[in-house]
Amino acid sequence: MKRLAKYRVWWVWLGASGLLAAWLAYAIQTPGQQANFMPGKVTHAHHQIELQCMACHAEPFKGREGIQEACLSCHAKELKGMNDSHPISKFTDPRNADTLAKLDARQCVSCHAEHKAEITRPIGVTLPDDFCVRCHADIETERPSHKDIAFTSCATGGCHNFHDNRALYEDFLIRHGHGDKVKSDAKLPERHLRDFMVYMEYLDGEPITASGMDGRIELRPVPQVVKDWEHTAHAKAGVNCSSCHQAKDESDTLAWIRNPDHTACTSCHKAEVDGFLTGLHGMRLKQGLSPMQPGMAQQPMKPSAAHDKLTCMSCHGSHRFDTRKAAVEACLTCHDDGHTRAYKASPHFSLWHEEISGRGAKGSGVSCATCHLPRVEIITPEDEPRVLVQHNQNDNLRPNEKMVRSVCMNCHGLQFSLDALADGKLVAGNFKGMPSKQIESIQMALEAEKRGAARKAAGDPNADEE
Amino acid sequence: MRKNLPLTLLGFALAGSVQAADWDHKDIADALHSVMEADRTVYTKLIVNRLANQEKVIKASEHWKDDKALVLPAQMFRYGSEAVAEKGAKFSYSLLSLWPINKQNNAKTPVEKAGLEAVNKGEPYYTTETLGGKKYFTAIYPDKAIAKACISCHNDHKDSPRKDFKMGEVMGGVVLRLPVK
Repeated sequence: MKRLAKYRVWWVWLGASGLLAAWLAYAIQTPGQQANFMPGKVTHAHHQIELQCMACHAEPFKGREGIQEACLSCHAKELKGMNDSHPISKFTDPRNADTLAKLDARQCVSCHAEHKAEITRPIGVTLPDDFCVRCHADIETERPSHKDIAFTSCATGGCHNFHDNRALYEDFLIRHGHGDKVKSDAKLPERHLRDFMVYMEYLDGEPITASGMDGRIELRPVPQVVKDWEHTAHAKAGVNCSSCHQAKDESDTLAWIRNPDHTACTSCHKAEVDGFLTGLHGMRLKQGLSPMQPGMAQQPMKPSAAHDKLTCMSCHGSHRFDTRKAAVEACLTCHDDGHTRAYKASPHFSLWHEEISGRGAKGSGVSCATCHLPRVEIITPEDEPRVLVQHNQNDNLRPNEKMVRSVCMNCHGLQFSLDALADGKLVAGNFKGMPSKQIESIQMALEAEKRGAARKAAGDPNADEE
Repeated sequence: MRKNLPLTLLGFALAGSVQAADWDHKDIADALHSVMEADRTVYTKLIVNRLANQEKVIKASEHWKDDKALVLPAQMFRYGSEAVAEKGAKFSYSLLSLWPINKQNNAKTPVEKAGLEAVNKGEPYYTTETLGGKKYFTAIYPDKAIAKACISCHNDHKDSPRKDFKMGEVMGGVVLRLPVK
């Protein structure tokens, strides 16, 4: 007994340590408690899933490699699609060992570290503005025209992006030149999903009317639902009740579902649903969490919508599937920032108003969706081209030059597009007015081309040294 | 065990052949390069030079996606090398030059500089080098102008630092690296 008393302090220490370890083990696995372990605030991009630690930290003890895999599990497709200017595969060659010592571009977190709010800049970048200098310090020997340009302006001056330069590369600037402010044939590409589904023989495309509905007995739709559905593209394309309301259950038997979720939409709209689940609207669903609610957002949202749950139906509405409502009114139900509030006073809205009132041509109006859920041409998994409404509204948002090709240039020349997007005030006011300054890159590219041509004509063997 | 003896012996024999103990780094590098060179030649001659230069049915362009054109032979080679890297292969290769259109493809390490100078005579160059603390067997093979498409593209490109390439001349080199334990 005396012996035990001698070690009493040790027993207390051991007991306390055991209790602490048990609490830590419990807390780190308990959703409500995990916030205690957060090493710092996460970025706007990931705050919705911040307590789903394993979404990024993947497997324990897998270190940076595990985190990199997690980054790519959501972002690889987007990087591939944008023809990434700095793909990881460019840096894995051992010849780049010296470059990697300056900046390990094989890891997303080298530039986009999470939980570091104090050094996080726009687009989640956690490096100083002049990060390009680390590898491109000698740029003026290759491009003398860049001699007096500060490295802090490479990625902030409307000229270059680290990943996406599809609208910024030199030959693109030369080919499109300054262009018109507004093109004479300004218009959006048309959607043609029904034609695609019929062409691929996924649908026969034969319209169905109320008498042909197949879920009347099982679902007992009220007259308004029948009426709504009958006027949709679904009914016109032969999409019956069972297409959305019937699915195989656990025993592999077809069962009727009263309230289908986004998985029902994937049978025809997989690419759209994938986009939705990748963006801020659907990323919680992708992680198996409850739907996003505007009240959780970090951006200004209307208090009246705080508890709405974001699913496909939030914007499209069940049975009516009004894409015009989804393109403007659905957005305005929740979003309440300055750019959104300024929309109805913008020239873009005037065009939209003209189109929906039947006075403007089809595809001539500019809705919220025109820019933020753009119509883009994709190659489907079947290797066929089709116009897709990109439902990841974050896909082209930052840096905003990503919008130039997929959105702006449908209607505007390149110079006007670059200038407008670089003008923060103009963006905040929803493009009411004119850009305040001109981005120089097009002029620089055209002048370099001209100088080269002149030297070539004069017989200079190094005519194109720029 | 006795019953399975022939099978066991076959297993040992196969295991031995899998190790390819009689192949050294140079042999492996030469074998890999022969495949690369053959594919590169076929693509350059049968696809690009034939369709773009001889039959003039389609152009080849650096911006092949925007221009709806053929991928340039150098890009084809690079995309292949990037796909190999993405698969996590233990070796790496790249197409470099002392006169590159893309400055990132210039000689960078001392071995690349010496090797690209050496292969100008038309013969491969072999050595070892240490990069990022790891040792590599590095082989550099001459890359020659095998079709008009090679020289016309490089001699006319605005970013090309050399514009007097002739058919059959060495324009650069394929640098292949194998890790050495």
